[in-house]
Amino acid sequence: MVRDTEHELMGIIEDMLSVKEGRGPNGRVINEILDRNGNDPTRIVAILQCLQDRFGYLPREELYLISDLLGLPMNRIYHLATFFKAFKLTPPGRNTIKLCMGTACHVRGAGVIKDAIERYIGVSVGGTTADFRFSFETVRCLGCCGLAPVMTVGDTVHGKLEPSMIRKVLEKYR
Amino acid sequence: MKRLLYRDPVTKKRIVHEQELPFLRKQQRVVFGDNTRIRPDDITDYIAIGGYQALRIVLEDWTPVKVINAIIRSGLRGRGGGGFPTGIKWRSARKAKQKEKYVICNADEGDPGAFMDRSICEGNPHRIIEGMIIGAYAVGAEKGYIYVRKEYPLAVETLSTAISQARDCGFLGGNILGSGMMFDITISRGAGAFICGESTALMASLEGRVGEPRAKYIHTVEKGLYDRPTVLNNVETWANVPHIISKGVEWFTSMGTGDVKSDPWGGSMGTKVFSLVGNVNNTGLVEVPMGMTLREIIFDIGGGIPNGRKFKAVQTGGPSGGCLPESMLDLPVDFDRLTEAGSMMGSGGMIVMDENTCMVDMARYFIDFLKDESCGKCLPCREGLRAILEVLTRITEGEGKRGDIKLLEEISRTVADTSLCALGGSAPNPVLSTIRYFRDEYVAHIRDKSCPGGTCRALVHYRVIPEACTGCTACAKVCPVDCISGEKRAVHAIDETRCVKCGACYSVCRFNAIER
Repeated sequence: MVRDTEHELMGIIEDMLSVKEGRGPNGRVINEILDRNGNDPTRIVAILQCLQDRFGYLPREELYLISDLLGLPMNRIYHLATFFKAFKLTPPGRNTIKLCMGTACHVRGAGVIKDAIERYIGVSVGGTTADFRFSFETVRCLGCCGLAPVMTVGDTVHGKLEPSMIRKVLEKYR
Repeated sequence: MKRLLYRDPVTKKRIVHEQELPFLRKQQRVVFGDNTRIRPDDITDYIAIGGYQALRIVLEDWTPVKVINAIIRSGLRGRGGGGFPTGIKWRSARKAKQKEKYVICNADEGDPGAFMDRSICEGNPHRIIEGMIIGAYAVGAEKGYIYVRKEYPLAVETLSTAISQARDCGFLGGNILGSGMMFDITISRGAGAFICGESTALMASLEGRVGEPRAKYIHTVEKGLYDRPTVLNNVETWANVPHIISKGVEWFTSMGTGDVKSDPWGGSMGTKVFSLVGNVNNTGLVEVPMGMTLREIIFDIGGGIPNGRKFKAVQTGGPSGGCLPESMLDLPVDFDRLTEAGSMMGSGGMIVMDENTCMVDMARYFIDFLKDESCGKCLPCREGLRAILEVLTRITEGEGKRGDIKLLEEISRTVADTSLCALGGSAPNPVLSTIRYFRDEYVAHIRDKSCPGGTCRALVHYRVIPEACTGCTACAKVCPVDCISGEKRAVHAIDETRCVKCGACYSVCRFNAIER
């Protein structure tokens, strides 16, 4: 994400102002998260994790608020948020499909499963469907290689997948 | 009743006792055998099977130096992949001058296809904690961290419960077991970065910085976390410690290979947990004494390759390990033999591949993974892996050129020699080992434009063999793009222009009427 257009810059300034002026709705939530982590800048990774647990992604305004309150420059936070794979900067769909692309799954045909999922939901890896029904991402090893190929939808694990099973499995999720 | 018993796929005999299962018979479950005997969320279970006894012995009678010497003599080497003698590491940290020291447990198990550490964290957390307390006593640390991978929420939960129980029982906190020792453990969740399994990257991440490694001119045992002396060991390493203390060094050195009496690098002692997965009948975690051959692990314990297919290769050591062919199956598995063969022990992933696996595609897969996980700090790893991937992708797409193999070897050596950390240093292993043992497959892709494993889509064509087709319609039903036509009981045909080469028809056909 390169923010080079004037439009985007204006957006950032706008965000900053809205937080400064207390227009941001989640100030209390942020303070609570920071308190839980002792307002400690070295615990920034844990703080971002709490933020993501709460919102499902890292909302921009709230990141600015955290940057302000902890006295951490925004570039540090942005560096962390884009370095670690766990963090998302855009809101996810209602159901997140995580397809395992670990070695065992790869050997047992995860590539074909990926195609089947993409065909069914009509979005490729990294995308979210327009109706926010599904987000689709691949992960490297869910740690249950005996069930390969495997995916999780939300918190439910679906193992020993075959391309023909995808429609049936995903249909249930609204 | 008899029909419900497990039937040995080889001898066809019914097996009555669990311990007679071929999968378990050859195993020696020292580290995670207790997982089945205790409830992980109840400390009294662990104490009932003799838990925290090693800690009591150490605190009552042993000096820290005695502990370190025992660990050195046991020949315990780091189970996370490096194979560095644990005792030597502890001794250096003990000698470091600074007062404040740390111990860290690395539970950031990022290798795809491996879940040993997860099973210990979730099944026997106190074992790790006890090991860490003993380690902290030996080096003189008062603070410990467990860095757990974010994909393992249950491990975080179990470990948290275990830590608070240990605190309540007086094993953690101030004045442990009345000895005056102070030590406490904090859990830190990772955020999804493979590189954070590297020690300096992990420490950076604990400090709230990006997980980028640094050059190790100064070792972490002198300047690690917050620039203080730090001992970082893998989950399995910590879990071995209590047993070495309570059962003795002789017991531990009775398993394994080589001789560590004079030189802790001289052999590989104890057991190792492997995660045996891929194209093998019995998948799962297996714990065997060091020195067992690959053949015994894959064929005796693993029960061989499913569906009567042939064995092709086994990949050990995670993504940056190497692929070993059939001719290497009698290799005894220990740290040094595997390294000599161009692979490595790694954290213990063992992925079996059958004849339908393409080795070039496998190399491409691993490099693709490592390219994604390269932190980008040093150039050889960041750009070199990308260049290797480009060449490999070209080869798997049928665009390989003469000289590509040489080019791959050249880039690989540069990346291995000049990268900053072990990720880059070992990343070219999959490429170099597949070229070393499966050169003919590279040649087939480049010169003949064919894929012997049948997985490179650009080089594979599916066709119905008219003589064998019975017209059962099974293939037409599974085809995801409906490109197979034909009436019931008449010969079918695949429309190649629309075929996505998913292989569904090939795997579903019971008459071997589809060829590729």
